[in-house]
Amino acid sequence: MNAVEGQLNQIAKGKVKTCEERRPHLTGILLHLLSFLSPLLLLVIWEILAKYGIVDVRLFSSPSRIFKTFLPLLSSGELVYHTLMSVQRIILGFLVGAIPGVVLGLSMGLFPPVKAMLEPIVAVTFPIPKLAIMPLILIIFGLGEASKIFTIAIGVFYLVLINTMAGVLNIDPLYMDVAKSFGASRLQFYTTVALPGALPMIFAGLKLGMGTALLLIVAAELSAARAGVGWMIWRSYDMFDIERMFCSLIVLALLGYIFSYVLDFIERIVIPWKNR
Amino acid sequence: MEKKEAIRIENLTKVFKSRSSEVVALKNINLSVRDGEFLAIVGPSGCGKSTLLRILAGLEKQTEGNIYIKAKDSTKPLTAVVFQGDAVFPWMKVIENVEYGLRIRRVPPHERRRIATSYLRLMGLENFAHYYPHQLSGGMKQRVNVARAFASDPEILLMDEPFGALDEQNRLILQQELLRIWEGSGKTTVFITHSIDEAIFLGDRIVVMTAQPGRIKAILDVDLARPRDMLFMKSTPQFAELYKKVWELLREEVLKARK
Ligand SMILES: Nc1ncnc2c1ncn2[C@@H]1O[C@H](COP(=O)(O)OP(=O)(O)O)[C@@H](O)[C@H]1O
Ligand SMILES: [Mg+2]
Repeated sequence: MNAVEGQLNQIAKGKVKTCEERRPHLTGILLHLLSFLSPLLLLVIWEILAKYGIVDVRLFSSPSRIFKTFLPLLSSGELVYHTLMSVQRIILGFLVGAIPGVVLGLSMGLFPPVKAMLEPIVAVTFPIPKLAIMPLILIIFGLGEASKIFTIAIGVFYLVLINTMAGVLNIDPLYMDVAKSFGASRLQFYTTVALPGALPMIFAGLKLGMGTALLLIVAAELSAARAGVGWMIWRSYDMFDIERMFCSLIVLALLGYIFSYVLDFIERIVIPWKNR
Repeated sequence: MEKKEAIRIENLTKVFKSRSSEVVALKNINLSVRDGEFLAIVGPSGCGKSTLLRILAGLEKQTEGNIYIKAKDSTKPLTAVVFQGDAVFPWMKVIENVEYGLRIRRVPPHERRRIATSYLRLMGLENFAHYYPHQLSGGMKQRVNVARAFASDPEILLMDEPFGALDEQNRLILQQELLRIWEGSGKTTVFITHSIDEAIFLGDRIVVMTAQPGRIKAILDVDLARPRDMLFMKSTPQFAELYKKVWELLREEVLKARK
């Protein structure tokens, strides 16, 4: 690595003060303004292109058309209803997947026999695309809520399980020596070293799981649903209602943002010791 | 065991076996550590110093030989270790780290907080009790490490190059602080180091080990009065003489280890 590259790397890691940092005020405001204006600019360009017929509004719609559809959807309560339906499924599915994921992941990380027993099963079933088992889930759990919750749960489960196990297995052996040298019992070792040591990885798994949950909700609501944001998208597809489709996409984007914010918030409380 | 003995090591041998190789880490170690003594061990890297300490701490089992550690008080733990490297738990606050040994022994919360606080004060960390380790400098973390070992009040203190990763200034300060606390506690201590200065400054005796397989090459007495002061000590002829002796013994081994 040459000197310039090294310098660039350090700038990327925030170690070297760049010119901007010496005049933090002006440039700071400018940068904020820039990140606020750029999406707006994109919307304006989109609107103009639509207005002058450069893009086909029947396919790409336009910000103003979407906005005109969005307001009545919101005020009628329809959008809120569908959103809440989906949120309920996501949260339930997330919990049903994450809780056993953490418990089994911890057990596999802590007890070699459990790992030996379950690892082959996990290794073989994990790569199966979750969408591929949806029909099976529908046959087993029927067309009701259970099948949707289970579809999400199964996606979340594997990510949380694998990350939790890795979190336990990757704890620095030095910490285990410390616990052992002070005479910690097995139980004391679990509560004072294994669990706190694995927490950062557990949260990494939960965040990945949340991403998957959002992906799977759309698929789960494709079949045999009567409500939900995912259902709205498929319904708009059937009706060729591009504006409604965009409105649902906006809701999904917001949901993703909110869920990851909530997880970050919980992480800050549960892992106050993490160096951010 | 004799009356004034705290540790006796007899014919200790440790072999690490794996499918393809066999490493003799320690061979026929015979050593007796006196009650209340500060024993410094120096030796070339890889000669088995850490292995010896880990066996004393019960973290590793010897292949052959016996170890006796005298327990004067059955309520105290036999040993406490200050490990090489950053062994402070990042998920516990400074005070919780220092309390750890007491918590494991189920000392009531109030009592252990009192004890831990007094050691934090001794180490000049009382204002950082509720900090997390990532908020501390390397020198401060190592203070926490030392305080944690002292607070658990073991029969024997074991330290494995505790200041090895610190810069020169921090090392000097911590050596002085360790000496002050140790002189007040009278604890039998086995201290591993690769610094000759440190061994002379801190030790009552210095054990020089051979390159792999680790054996005891020589044991030297440090006839320097306590309490000691590093600056003063370094200017004495005894220090220079002892330094030369240890270095000559070590030099042979370091050169051997390089071959
Ligand atoms: N767990 C282990 N398995 C195999 N070999 C080991 C193990 N621990 C230490 N050794 C070997 O034993 C020798 C002594 O190691 P160590 O006690 O760490 O040396 P020192 O602390 O003096 O540098 C080295 O050759 C090292 O590679
Ligand atoms: Mg070592």
